Amino acid sequence: MIQFWIILGYLGLLLLLGLFASRLFRGTSSDYMVASHSIGPFLLLMSVFGTTMTAFALVGSTGEAFKEGIGVYGMLASSSGIIHSLCFFLLGVKLWGFGKRYGYKTQIQFFRDRLDSDRIGLLLFPILVGLVIPYLLIGVISSGVVMQTMTAGAFPNLFPTDNIATSGGLPTQWGSLLICLVVLCYVFFGGMRGTAWANAFQTLVFMVLGIATFGVIANKLGGQESLWENLRVLGEAIPENRATRADMSKTKFLTYLLVPLSVGMFPHLFQHWLTAKSAKSFKLPVVAHPIFIMIVWVPCVLIGVWATTELVPARPPLPANPNAILPFLVKTQAGTLLGGFLAVGILAAIMSSLDSQFLCLGTMFTKDIVGHYFQRDASDANQIRLARGFIIAVVTLTYLLGLLKPPSVFALGVWCFSGFSSLFPLVFAALYWKRLTKWGAYGAVLATVATWGYFFSDAIGQAIKVGNPGPIRTYTLKLNLGGEAYEIMPVAAIFLASLIAMVAASLLTRPPKPETLKKFFAD
Amino acid sequence: MPRSLLAIVLVLLVLHQDNWFWTDDTLVFGFMPMGLFYQACISVAASFAWFYAVKKCWPSAHDSEAGAGGES
Repeated sequence: MIQFWIILGYLGLLLLLGLFASRLFRGTSSDYMVASHSIGPFLLLMSVFGTTMTAFALVGSTGEAFKEGIGVYGMLASSSGIIHSLCFFLLGVKLWGFGKRYGYKTQIQFFRDRLDSDRIGLLLFPILVGLVIPYLLIGVISSGVVMQTMTAGAFPNLFPTDNIATSGGLPTQWGSLLICLVVLCYVFFGGMRGTAWANAFQTLVFMVLGIATFGVIANKLGGQESLWENLRVLGEAIPENRATRADMSKTKFLTYLLVPLSVGMFPHLFQHWLTAKSAKSFKLPVVAHPIFIMIVWVPCVLIGVWATTELVPARPPLPANPNAILPFLVKTQAGTLLGGFLAVGILAAIMSSLDSQFLCLGTMFTKDIVGHYFQRDASDANQIRLARGFIIAVVTLTYLLGLLKPPSVFALGVWCFSGFSSLFPLVFAALYWKRLTKWGAYGAVLATVATWGYFFSDAIGQAIKVGNPGPIRTYTLKLNLGGEAYEIMPVAAIFLASLIAMVAASLLTRPPKPETLKKFFAD
Repeated sequence: MPRSLLAIVLVLLVLHQDNWFWTDDTLVFGFMPMGLFYQACISVAASFAWFYAVKKCWPSAHDSEAGAGGES
């Protein structure tokens, strides 16, 4: 029951923060959607970091390390430290400049202007929304699961289940609903400012609680006098195949480098970039992002590989689902109080991504569809009303879809990232290559859709064949060279197809108008 | 992107593919597997590289544009 009250207290704090942020609301659509470009370096760092780190950073990193060993850090974390900051530096600062100068609120507004094409918006809109929705669903479903697991035993008579790990916990649909309502409240009233503040607060929460959890679990599992001694005992107990990358493909590791490029095309991150007060606000996020990733990921990866050692008590047995390893260890090793706080940390990581995605989709519907085609001269008040209406609709739709519990939605994560990564050449060329034409852009988008669709349907076919969604998550391509078969991520092929189609179609078609180039390449 | 920064990023990406520590099971400081320690060092090195980038290669053209108001 303590855990339930800790979670409720935390959600109450978030609501207060959102309401406080709403008191600073200036009543304009620019304030609602991009906080009037007023966010300084620290808030930008925390909000951007919170947005890019989903629940996967805490729960998934532990689960993946449990399954694959320490190699997941290089595959997912250190690579992101290099690539994310590269995107902030090369894309974020320039896009912020254009957003500020020409009043953009969404990516599609930028692409329509840069490519002199109205229809590119119609092509990009369903793709961007389609890639964000599964990502949102993962957050909504995870929040319900975390709430149920961490409050298990709080309501034994009200919510009994057959499983001891969840019996008496808040049912998943109630937990998801509660989280959706809290996020909806502070996004609805606080807009982007409320979202940025809540993100910053939640990022602090999950970073601090992650480190605290690491210390407590190390001391409990190690069973020695000091933390140092416990770390040593646990380190020595890690099996060789988890302490090295003996079972990991080198080419898969290499091609995974393309996955973090997805941040360059995340529509919600684009919107966060636009909130910056000045170009200088980007400096702190660019420098600190890799270190922040390390602070969150190294403890989680270590906990994951410790869970494979014989130092973990045999009873109760470890859960079959790797994503349940961290909550399980907290619950069995750290007691109820820390368990409550860790639940808060995981929920913070989930909500700090959900809020930006809800706001972003609301803004896209308002600006790219209704504002663009039906109400070009809508007043500020009307735009805010529309954005809020769409945010409610998106939250409701996502919640209802979440109730259906699509069986393979978690396996979709890497596919969403691959789709965004493969559109990276488009945004990069739009900023740095004058010769990019709208036909080149169409080529990039259509090549991405075609190759992504081909590989994805192949993965689904394999999943149907074996009767479980596993192959969707683990799908790779085999490249045969010199008699050797190399395993590569599908993103490598999709990215290459997108790049070739973009360059070829651009070179074969008429260059952009000089006035367009002057607008975007004056400096 | 200035050539010096391009070179630094390329070196970082090459160093990231640490085939040389792939099966090294040495424990650094007695508890940290070598592969994990090395990749954590890559994260620190990335931060230093980006510190160099913002100091020496910052696109100053945008610095004159500032937002209205401010929270930091």
